Amino acid sequence: MPKVDSTRYTILFATAVCVVCALFVALSAVGLQARQEANQRLYMEKNVLLAAGLIRHDEDLPAPELRAIFDRHIQVRLVDFATGELVPADRVDARGYDQRRARNDPAQSRPAPENRAGIARMPNLGVVYIVTRERRIEQVVLAVEGLGMWGTIYGFVAIERDGNTVRGLTYYDQKETPGLGGEIGNPKWQALWRGRKAYDDSWEARITVIKGNAGPPEKDPLRVDGLSGATVTSNAVTRLMQFWLSDAGYGRYLKKFREGAKA
Amino acid sequence: MSTPGDLAVGGRTRSVLLTPIITNNPIGVQVLGICSALAVTTRLDKALVMGIGVILVAAIANLAVSLVRNYTPGSIRIIVQLSIIASLVIMVDQFLKAYLYELSLELSVYVGLIITNCIVMGRAEGFAMQNPPLLSLIDGVGNGIGYAFVLLLVAAARELLGAGKVLGVEVLPLVKDGGWYNPNGLMLLAPSALFIIALLIWLLRALKPELQEKD
Repeated sequence: MPKVDSTRYTILFATAVCVVCALFVALSAVGLQARQEANQRLYMEKNVLLAAGLIRHDEDLPAPELRAIFDRHIQVRLVDFATGELVPADRVDARGYDQRRARNDPAQSRPAPENRAGIARMPNLGVVYIVTRERRIEQVVLAVEGLGMWGTIYGFVAIERDGNTVRGLTYYDQKETPGLGGEIGNPKWQALWRGRKAYDDSWEARITVIKGNAGPPEKDPLRVDGLSGATVTSNAVTRLMQFWLSDAGYGRYLKKFREGAKA
Repeated sequence: MSTPGDLAVGGRTRSVLLTPIITNNPIGVQVLGICSALAVTTRLDKALVMGIGVILVAAIANLAVSLVRNYTPGSIRIIVQLSIIASLVIMVDQFLKAYLYELSLELSVYVGLIITNCIVMGRAEGFAMQNPPLLSLIDGVGNGIGYAFVLLLVAAARELLGAGKVLGVEVLPLVKDGGWYNPNGLMLLAPSALFIIALLIWLLRALKPELQEKD
């Protein structure tokens, strides 16, 4: 064995350490990848169910049961943001579509129109989760995102068949200040959205998180209680909701959705 | 990074395991690893998983560093230790994402930050480089437990006073749900951990006057 402090030995030793470490890291990453991806998807699907009110926050359902509820009630489709048309189900694998990945892929995304929600790029296609109960389309769940105080906020919002009333929402991935802006993850605050309207009489996306308390949904449909100590987060939520509900986001699709309900 | 105290005890396994828990606690006495102690102690379950992660990483890193200590060139020993620690931390992170997904989302970056946790590095360089593998393993476990112990105390206090809960179970009924306890929002923010750790250090030094420096 060469001397421990010789240059040659040092390089050999460093290489050996790298190879062994890399081997362990690669084994764990590759070996667990399938499980991790399944977790990720399940977590998203769970949040779709939460937004749609198909499961409750205090329920802790095992994975197979969550999947069964999702499969029973939800049809995943993609919508073209430019036209508001659904992409035919046989043309794309909607369930395998990853909107966050698509947004970062230049081939599948474009610069977002000017907005105050901190959105620089948006995907060409957006996911819609069509919720059916007893063979009738009941509501639709949309994916929203936007820049918060410390990072991007990701969530789902469920809209009733009238294409206007909020059924529920979740923010499932956010880095807002715990206890202040982080309260957007609190189911009790999220429940305040239920029954509010996304649009005003002229179909402008107007739902706003205000400073202070809003009235009950019947009397004060366009406003939601603000989070005290979290003005930046509250405003961010307003902006991202208004962006995705506007014609730049799901607005065109929702228009067709509510007209379909009348027909 | 190591104190003369634990080197002097040499081969005595018991004291290697037990001294870091109270007498030479990495957070309370050596004041290391404060960064993650502030970040992951808003809830008890997060602190528990973080504590277990650090125990595992500290123990296995110490074992591995000690196993190769006689073959490690002095000029690259720190980076060798770091490579070993970093690999272990990535593996812990991968396991969390595969088996405790929702908790791993909340721990997010802090699991990765175990890599730079001064306790793990400190034990590898200060203990494992000079001691046999088994004793190093025990030293890693002891220091990991010492860290986890403080983390759990801080997290229990913060979750109880900040959210009225322990391990997610309501203990103090909150005013907003019709109870009597008005939660202290400060407890959920990082500065509260500094106060609680300071109180713990004070308590430790009051109980063990030999820890106080003569000035």
